[in-house]
Amino acid sequence: MTAYLVDSWTLTRRTLLQWRNQPAQLALGLLFPVMILLMFAYLFGGAMQVPGGGDYREFLLPGMFVLTMAFGLESTFQAVSTDAGRGVTDRFRTMPISAASVLTGRSVADMLSAVVGLAVLIGFGALVGWRWHNGPGDALLAVFLLLSLRYALLWFGIWLALVAGKPEMLMAVQILVWPLAFLSSVFTAPETMPGWLGAVAEWNPLSATASATRELFGNPGHGGEFWPAIAWPLLLLVVFVPLAVRRYRRLT
Amino acid sequence: MRDPAIEASGLTRRFGSTTALDNFDLTVPAGTVHGLLGPNGAGKTTAVRILTTLLRPDAGRARVAGHDVVREADRVRSRIGLVGQQAAVDEQLSGRQNLEMFGRLHHLGATTARRRATELLERFGLAEAADRAAGKYSGGMRRRLDLAAGLLIGPAVLFLDEPTAGLDPRARNEVWQEIRSLVAEGTTVLLTTQYLEEADQLAEGLAVIDRGRVVAAGTADELKGQLGADHLEVVVRDASSLAAAAELLGRIGTGEPQLDPDRRRVSVPVRDRVAALVEAAKTLHGVEDLTLRRPTLDEVFLSLTGAGATGAGVAGRGAA
Repeated sequence: MTAYLVDSWTLTRRTLLQWRNQPAQLALGLLFPVMILLMFAYLFGGAMQVPGGGDYREFLLPGMFVLTMAFGLESTFQAVSTDAGRGVTDRFRTMPISAASVLTGRSVADMLSAVVGLAVLIGFGALVGWRWHNGPGDALLAVFLLLSLRYALLWFGIWLALVAGKPEMLMAVQILVWPLAFLSSVFTAPETMPGWLGAVAEWNPLSATASATRELFGNPGHGGEFWPAIAWPLLLLVVFVPLAVRRYRRLT
Repeated sequence: MRDPAIEASGLTRRFGSTTALDNFDLTVPAGTVHGLLGPNGAGKTTAVRILTTLLRPDAGRARVAGHDVVREADRVRSRIGLVGQQAAVDEQLSGRQNLEMFGRLHHLGATTARRRATELLERFGLAEAADRAAGKYSGGMRRRLDLAAGLLIGPAVLFLDEPTAGLDPRARNEVWQEIRSLVAEGTTVLLTTQYLEEADQLAEGLAVIDRGRVVAAGTADELKGQLGADHLEVVVRDASSLAAAAELLGRIGTGEPQLDPDRRRVSVPVRDRVAALVEAAKTLHGVEDLTLRRPTLDEVFLSLTGAGATGAGVAGRGAA
């Protein structure tokens, strides 16, 4: 148990050292969602109608939080697939450390970066006029839902990266994240889309979190219930945690 | 007598319908360098992956540093080092940060990990570059860092899977030097390589592997001896006298003369080295060069594996 904690910490610390070594890269990663936020808030925002009325920026921010969590999939994929491609994963596997430590180290590091990323975006959101209206309790619950989504996507990312085995597939993941994000309630309400597309968007796990957090923050537009935003991440975890662990242990 | 450092018997591993390793046997005495030779896809890497606990065999058993690689994988892992085909280091961390991280993961403790990192950086000529990101290192430096990471615990058995692939001759020499001094300190090394020169330079024992099986084993000299005779080689001054020279050599030698018109060269296997040399010197005219040579490891390799390894061919010829 002690060895597990110590090894997990060593591997988390590795990511912290990477950040310290490459602060510019870290800053770019944090500011990219801010750029998207500003684009949608000020360039497209004027043309957007929020169903039922309300400020588009108030509608947009919960979606942007979700999008930032989805972008995390790319950084998880990149980190894990780079290690696998370079033989670093193999080196770990020939050392007396458990699979659990390696995967815990990765997830703690990625969750730290998710918390920082979310904090930055909440700050910029407040600057462009977004507010939460239902008190700190509901706001914290919304943050919890967002981090749950990130945590679920993290394990999906680990599994995907171990299957891909090399970072060259990153482009494909990046290309997939965008349609996944647009085909949801992140930027626009599904009721404004053609019927069948709207139905797909409604069922997108990203929509579940976006809608539920909108409701909890008291923001206008396409709201939704709490339970799908918990059920989706749970389902993803139930599927991908065992798959990722198995894949790590039996890499060929 | 000490137990062998590596003892594998009947190792078999299939991937789908291909058999990567087929009843593979290997014994490596402690404190020696053993070379595993074979063309691309012969099963070298599969063998190393099983012996380093990365892959489970479908059949067979193996003990490394006294422990079973499947049932006592953790014990094996605390006694071995692996240096694979690529430099397995974090390019975003400095050389020092890499070694300290791997040291901590080997449970050396933070203080010892730091001290070992400094020692190894010094030893591998990386002290000056210690605090630069490994991604900025040259290929040779990254390789040395990788080798250093494989040595953090002073492993009983070190696996080197094509450790000099893609390195220039100078960097290759640096790596060879390190391997030699390791063995002098008592580490057992299993080296896979396509470069026959590398095997000839470093390894005491050799095993040639082809299609997943060991097809020959012994010292480099034994393997060369197995292939048989020494060769008498003649280079003539004028290409037009090549045919005549070939005919004469055919009478002196024990086999069919081999012609290389581009280099104006004929070679033939001979039994009595000195008599053949004297006879050739007396009877041949217009000779530019006359040499006796043993078969190269390259030729041994080609005759055992039926060629296929172009990289090996080129590298071996350079050495011959």
